[in-house]
Parts: sequence; structure tokens; C-alpha cells
Amino acid sequence: MIVKVQRFNEDKQLNAVEKFEIKKDNGTVLDALIDIKEHQDSSLTFRCGCSSGVCGSCAIRVNGVEKLACKTTIKEDDLIEPLKYSKVIKDLVIDLSYEKEVLTRPKAYLQDFAKEVITQKDEKAIDRQSNCILCQSCYSSCPVFEVNKDFLGPYALTRVLRYLDDKREHEIKEKIDLIQKNGVWDCTLCGNCTMVCPQYIDPKMDIMNLRTKSFKYGYTDPNAMSFDSFGGGSDFGFNPNGF
Amino acid sequence: MIDVLIIGSGGAGLSAALHAKYEGSNVLVLSKTYPTHSQTSQAQAGINAVMNTKNDTVDEHIEDTLKSAHKLGSKQRIQSICQNAKETIEWLDEIAVPFSRDENNQIAQRQMGGAANKRACYSSDYTGLKIIHTLYDNCIKEDVQFLNEYMMLNIIKENDAAIGITALNITTGEVEEILAKQIILATGGYGGLYHGYTTNSYATTGEVINIAYNAGCELSNMEYIQFHPTTLINSNILVSESARGEGGYLVTADGVRFVDELRPRDEVARAIYKKLQNNEQVYLDLRHLGLDKINEAMPQERRLAYEFLGIKIEEELLPINPAAHYTMGGIKTNKDALTNVKNIYACGECAQHGIHGANRLGGNSLLEIVSFGKIAGKNAANEAKKIDIKKIESNQLQTDKNQCNSLFEYPNEINFYEIKHELGKILFENVGLFRNEEDLSLALEKIELWQEQYSKMGITDKSKSYNKNLVEFIEFKHMLDLSNIVTNCALSRKESRGAHFRNDFPKENSKYAKETIAYEINQEFQLNFEDVV
Repeated sequence: MIVKVQRFNEDKQLNAVEKFEIKKDNGTVLDALIDIKEHQDSSLTFRCGCSSGVCGSCAIRVNGVEKLACKTTIKEDDLIEPLKYSKVIKDLVIDLSYEKEVLTRPKAYLQDFAKEVITQKDEKAIDRQSNCILCQSCYSSCPVFEVNKDFLGPYALTRVLRYLDDKREHEIKEKIDLIQKNGVWDCTLCGNCTMVCPQYIDPKMDIMNLRTKSFKYGYTDPNAMSFDSFGGGSDFGFNPNGF
Repeated sequence: MIDVLIIGSGGAGLSAALHAKYEGSNVLVLSKTYPTHSQTSQAQAGINAVMNTKNDTVDEHIEDTLKSAHKLGSKQRIQSICQNAKETIEWLDEIAVPFSRDENNQIAQRQMGGAANKRACYSSDYTGLKIIHTLYDNCIKEDVQFLNEYMMLNIIKENDAAIGITALNITTGEVEEILAKQIILATGGYGGLYHGYTTNSYATTGEVINIAYNAGCELSNMEYIQFHPTTLINSNILVSESARGEGGYLVTADGVRFVDELRPRDEVARAIYKKLQNNEQVYLDLRHLGLDKINEAMPQERRLAYEFLGIKIEEELLPINPAAHYTMGGIKTNKDALTNVKNIYACGECAQHGIHGANRLGGNSLLEIVSFGKIAGKNAANEAKKIDIKKIESNQLQTDKNQCNSLFEYPNEINFYEIKHELGKILFENVGLFRNEEDLSLALEKIELWQEQYSKMGITDKSKSYNKNLVEFIEFKHMLDLSNIVTNCALSRKESRGAHFRNDFPKENSKYAKETIAYEINQEFQLNFEDVV
């Protein structure tokens, strides 16, 4: 079968879609990439690790949609491209240096530990959010980055909620303060992040929760006045889950 | 000047980084990948600790670990790690690892193979993932510095003491020198040698263990490889021991059980492998557990089975096979995580700390990486306060620059990727679950041939920046060297003990109740058996 790969190699001044013929017809996208690298073109460059969907290193776009290469079945004529909104270093490898920055800015960690009784319910409340593998799929799918490169983005906000909802965290106010600018109100609630997350995390819902928490601390939607005649900024946008 | 340089950013490396930072050190973590891409993310089932002495005792934890180690574990160190296990879990809890809770609001614990009681603390079946991400979040909090996607090339030594390293900056393609007062190696195991027959990440290739060996570090128990009994057929994706711990059965196609599922991993894996060699497929049967239990205790397994094989484990049998999973051997350390080379510490799976001996218990490796990460981090930080190093004259940087450049000129008459597959296959078949003199010798012959042929292999990607072809070619050299050491150690241990099973010597022999020590003198391989202390 034929698959297409977006190539980029500054040293070779290459920036084009290349076609490869591969033998395997039931493997994953990662199997196909490895097969090409080992037998056709060893300069083809991509990240991979665990090949079981948990290390988060192999996210790419297949026909425009963010996927983990190791968990996606390869199909005839697939177009494989790097993730969006970060500099491409080579072929499917993007610059990930922004990751630490977006986690540092909103202090997405436990700031002030307090000993609390944690129940099964408490633990379940942060279970899904703490399954994030930092694969960057949600960032690549987020249209806000088209217009605002300083947006904190889906996974950083989900991680803030994970710590806000952790009973052990006693520094709530600062976390809320830090997600106002380029944060919860910049999201368009389009739900792309929720659709592409390989861990079934729902950053859109998490951001809506963070907005509710922000209201409790006296913040309001800075965009509400300009276009929302109903006031209150309750524009829940498109819901990909249909509920 | 860097006080503590940590190579590797998995659970051991990040624990070491945090504890060195707590001591006030200037810490730098150098990693071949990104921190959360590490192998630790794949650990599923749990981390052992006696949390409540009503249900379990520290003595039983010690006893179980010693028993599984088959006289190759250090009693003193096992006692120490088990006695401190509760404190280790409490630290993780305080930095916000989201452990699952039981109905009494205590950290929940599950049964694992070889354990007398429910002892493994867990976070559903994402224990390693949640630990590594929480450690990473804390490193961000503590402002730990990272150099990501740097591949360590060599250790720089002066007067027999390590004073820094050379590393390839993968993104730029430049070889750089990084000096440090103390170095901690925390780069994971060498399960990746069994390429195509392992649960390990593609990045777990063990090169730093061979680099340490070349720099004078002793390696120990390198023949000890743990084969996990249950991995998904074809893809070798781990199906956690929690599946059996929670009550799953191992059955043949006709639904008949053939082994006590909670026996130690080596025994269960061999029983399965025998069936497979007999052309009988083996399955994990979880149907009787019911969907609710499966969703609660092993959601990841359910998802993996469905995503990779299209199988619903609540309705169907799951076909499995054993695969290389964990390496008990590694760089020998003392109780302080220090190696025999001055200023070099090692912790986690790359090290041989005297904890697992001949067979590792499920739940003890996460405990080991966090515990020894702390020991290495603290000790290195305190040691760094005592010394000062000046800029030295070393030609290591120039040597390694020249070496890297020369690899571009290799003729590439043989495709090393094909040899890498052959290496994995022959190791799994000949240096695998069942071994004998003839098979091991045959494997060694092959490995030596490939080592000779390395100069006929090469790379076709000639670009400087982000050259993964080059990275993998360098890794492959070390994989061949390590495979040679593993096979030689397996040949020398003429007995069966734990995970090392010799058909030609099927009994345990008290003469070999000793650690295997591999080292180099004038670039010649040496091997001793030494008493366990």
C-alpha cells in the first residue's frame, strides 16, 4: 500500500510530501514508519517509545487528525504529518520545549500540601485528569493557537484542575489567578481537544469547571460584554459528545 | 558548576533529582528522551509497602523478597528498603501521587504474585504513569534543570575519578562536555536487547550500562533477565500482573488451567513458554471477574486488549506470550548507591542494588527506583558539598567528536536494523527462558561475529540535526557489547536459580549462591563470583 509522509529536513532543504510503498497492511502507523526507516529511508525521523500508548512520544497527525502512531492502524493513502503549532525540527519531530513553560506558568503542581483524608470519591475526581500522557495531541488540535500563541492550552489547564481538585492542595487562589490571562477565557469550547485525546480526558469540560471556579473567586468572562447579550458568558460551544 | 548531574529522567532519575535539590544542590538532569516518555510510565500494577501491620508485616515483605531473590539478594539492603517502604509511599502521597483509596479512606493495596498479603499500593493500573508525571510536576516546582534529548557518550575521568561526561545533543548534532562534581546514572535496564521480544520501550537500550562498564564500573548479575508471563501476542504489550492478582486465570484453548497463576514470574513464564513450544496457545481468562471489576481494577488492560487486538476481555479469552520485561542485573552499587568508580552513583533498573537477586517481585521495582533514587540523590548532594573540581584538560570531548564524525563514513554494507532484529530473536531463543551450553555458545558466536561486522554497518542519514539513525547506530554498538556480557555471564553460571534456568544444569547449586561480577582489565572481559553482602 501507499502512504504519504510530510517530510522536512533543513540540512537537505527538503519540505515536501513523499510517498512510500509498504508491504504491511494490518500494522500500526508506527509499524509503517519503522518499516520505512529500516528498509527504505533511514533519514525518516519520528519519536517513539513504549509502543503501547502510554509514553506519549509518538503523537502525529493522520489525515489531519491527531493520533498516537502506535495505536492507529495504517490505511491505504494515509497522510502522516507532524503535530501543529510548534516548530518542526525534522520530519515528524516537533520542538517540545514549550511543554515545561506552559506547565510552569500556571504552577500546575501541588504548591501547598495539607494532610487531608482522601476518600475513594476524592481520588476518582482527579483520576481521569491524572491519566494525561503529555502527548501534545490536544495542543495540536486547538484552534486558539492560530491567533494566540501564549494560550496556556488544554493539557496545562486540565493539569491545573487536577491539582485544584486534589484535596491535598491548599493554595487555590493563586492557581485561579494564574489561569485568567491567556487561560480559561481564551478557550472557544470547540471540543477538538476532547475528541483527539487518546486517554479520553475531556479538557473542554475541565476548562468549563475552571470557569465555574473562577466565577466563585469573583472573575468574569472578559469577552462576555462584547458579544453575549444574555450576559454571564455561558457559551458552551459545540459539544462533540452530543450531550 | 553542576553539583549533581543525573543521567536519565525516569522514576529513579527524577526521585534523585528532587532529593538532591532538597539538599540544596545545583542539579541538572540529562535525558535521551523527554522526562515523561520514560519506561516508568509503563509500570502498571503497583508499588510494595506494608502500610498497615494489622494485615501484613514488614518481616513478611522481607521474607518474600529474600525468597524470590534465591540467595542473591542482600539481606541488609532488603531489610532497609522494606522497613522504609511506608515512608517512601508517604512521601509520594505528600507530593500528590493520586493513589487509589480503599473503603476506609486508606491507600488501597492489591495482591501480587509471590507476596504473602495484599501489599502493592496502586493508582488503578496506571501506577507508574501517575508516579512519573507527579515527579515531573514536582521537578518543575523545584526548578530542576533539564537537558532533554541528549545522548550520553562517555564518562570523563581524571585520576580514576569521574568529573563529567560527553553527550550528543541530538537536536543540534553537536557533541558537548558537561562537568559535574557527582554523577548519578539512572538510565533504566537493558531489556531492549531482546528487540522484538520485549515489553520495553524502544529507548531502553542499555548503552549507559556499557559506557559505565567501559569506564571501570563493575556490572553484576547480568544474566538475570525477567520474562513477564503475560504480554499481548504479537505486540508484546504488557498485561499487568494485577490481572492475575485480581483473580485472572491462565488457560489453554480448551479452558484448562495449568499453573498456579500467583507463583513467581519466572515459574509462571516458563510454564507458559513450555506450552507455546508445544504449539499450544495460552490465554488470560478474565471473563469471570465481570465488567465492573475489570473497569475498576484494570481499565488500561481492557483498553489495550481492545485497541491492539480487538478483544473484549470481559467476553473473550486474551491470547498472551511471555516477553523480556525487566533486567535484574546492572551496575553494581553499595548500600549508598555508589559504584566502584569514584563520583559515580547508579540507581533504578540500570543498577544492581542487591534487592531483586535472581527474580524480582512485582511491585518491588517501583519501590526500588523511588527508594534508591532518594539514596543516590541525597548522598551525591552531600558528597558534592565536600569537593571542588577545576576545569581539567581532557581529550575525551575531541575523541568523541572524532568518533561521531567517523560513524558517518562507515560503509553501510550491512543493514544494522536487520541485525538488531536477529539479535533480539537469538537472545530470546538462546539466552531466554530456557538456556543450555550449546545454545548460549551459538548465540555468543553470532554476537561476536556482529561485533566484528559493526565497522561494515553504518548510517544513510548524513544530516547533522536530529539524526535518529546515528543515535540508533551508536545504541546498537552498545547493545552488541552488552549482549556479549549477558551471554558470557549466562554461560558461566552453570546452575538454575530464579530467572536463570539451564536445561543442562536444572538444579540450584550452592556453589553459585553468589553475585556474578563482570569487569574489564585492559579492555579484556573478566568474570568473578562474589559473596552477597
